[in-house]
Amino acid sequence: MTGLFTVRNAVVVVLLVALALLPVYSAVTGDRFMLTLFTRIVILSMAAVSLNLILGYGGMMSFGHAAYLGVGGYAVGMLAHEGVVSGWVQWPVALAASALFALVIGALSLRTRGVYFIMITLSFAQMAYYVVAGIARYGGDDGLTIYKRSDFSGLIDMNSKTQFYYLCLVLLYASIYLVWRLVNSRFGMVIQGARSNDNRMRAVGFPTYRYKLVCFVIAGTMCGLSGALLANNTDFVSPAVMYWTRSGDLIIMVVLGGMGSLFGPVFGTVALLVLEETLSGITEFWQIILGPLLLLVVLFARGGIDGLLSKVGRG
Amino acid sequence: MADALLQIEGLSKRFGGIVATDDVTLSIPKGELHAIIGPNGAGKTTLIAQLTGQLAPDQGHVRFAGEDITAVPTWQRSLIGIARSFQITSLLLDLSVIDNVSLAVQAHAGHSFQFWRNARKDAALTEPAMAALARVGLAGRAGEVASALSHGEHRQLELAMAIAGRPRMLLLDEPMAGMGPDESARMVALLRELKKEYTILLIEHDMEAVFALADRISVLVYGRVIATGKPEDIRANAEVRQAYLGDDGTGSGHHD
Repeated sequence: MTGLFTVRNAVVVVLLVALALLPVYSAVTGDRFMLTLFTRIVILSMAAVSLNLILGYGGMMSFGHAAYLGVGGYAVGMLAHEGVVSGWVQWPVALAASALFALVIGALSLRTRGVYFIMITLSFAQMAYYVVAGIARYGGDDGLTIYKRSDFSGLIDMNSKTQFYYLCLVLLYASIYLVWRLVNSRFGMVIQGARSNDNRMRAVGFPTYRYKLVCFVIAGTMCGLSGALLANNTDFVSPAVMYWTRSGDLIIMVVLGGMGSLFGPVFGTVALLVLEETLSGITEFWQIILGPLLLLVVLFARGGIDGLLSKVGRG
Repeated sequence: MADALLQIEGLSKRFGGIVATDDVTLSIPKGELHAIIGPNGAGKTTLIAQLTGQLAPDQGHVRFAGEDITAVPTWQRSLIGIARSFQITSLLLDLSVIDNVSLAVQAHAGHSFQFWRNARKDAALTEPAMAALARVGLAGRAGEVASALSHGEHRQLELAMAIAGRPRMLLLDEPMAGMGPDESARMVALLRELKKEYTILLIEHDMEAVFALADRISVLVYGRVIATGKPEDIRANAEVRQAYLGDDGTGSGHHD
């Protein structure tokens, strides 16, 4: 914890710099696949960072976080389908829709705790999944192809892989910075206090419900932005992005990387997606290897990758 | 009666067939240290839970500084100046000691929808928090994680959180529970200091402590107040001695 020159911090710096230099590597070696993989990693990292805000710092075990990926993605997709391709319209709509969705889910689910909270968030996400799957106009089950990416009046070329990658990366770093400011602010202290002991926080004078609700909405909005990016990245959005297993993936990323640590979700996302990519190249039963690996992390490394790195630092 | 800070009127609470609080009427004037004693199961914790708003009474009223607060929610009671410590230690165990107390200060410093400035570097929070910690003798442990503290220190931290919000009244639910003799003695000394500044309602099993500290004592048996008076009157009260203290009259006969 003490001092800036720890193993963990060194790894963080290396990772941040490596992510920033990745397009250079890709251009020099001509390896386009790396850039594609890491664009996806960067986008999903942002979703994991947003989940970490409520799960890691706030102790809110949302099992429906992927719903916002869908809400953000479909906001872009549906508007594009209707001929509105301006990013200046699409993205604010994506953010507002995600915020509203989070407000409704949060307002209801945050009145409950434990298993009930998990079940309510899960069922809302599943509801969203089935609703979208039922709308034939927007592709229903088959999903919706996006023929034109969000247009930012020529400010940024969304079709350039490199430019798009850097947009995603800047937004990821911005969201990490935002979470850092948030969790250390008065607001963040209330959120962490409520995670630690909600009853005590209320006894001391905090109406914790409204703070948690605001936090829930911030996280949902952030994940909605990630969804808008994801839709642009794949030129496609389908109900599958909000299926409950996707919410599970996000939780795995956060837990694997280290709950309640600033860069943990990025570690977790990189680790999970790179493992998935490598293992699935070796065998189609790659999940048989991934499963036990996750089990080991949960059993022996409670702090996830971030926790392991911190331990290494202490010798 | 008119200048009572805390006024409890005809308070009743039942759980099914059990009467946990039976028509309790008490008046605690400003500046008093009022102790409530009673055997296990007498309904002390139920009573305090109604004072803090965690339980709603079936009948009766609670007035604080003249205002009826019977229906005021827990978090607002804290803001109008009623601070409590818990019988079972209730802290933010995975946060640091100073964070615990800073949050207690923050609760009374207006709303916390401040999203940007670093709260741990906010002198408006940390200075009163450090002062409260110094007051209870924990200044040296400010940076530790709360879970690393001993049981006695946890009780001290509870107290620091209670006074950090500059309350008008302290509700202390067995602050000496589970303490060794040395820790108890230190806590008594600390409460003797605090009683100069605060009106205190003390619920406590440790009879020596109660008789050493209290201005007045109420005895609760089966949810009912069977006697209220000065320590010497309570000690001499036959009904109390029979019901609770044991007949040796030393006042130290009860232990958990």
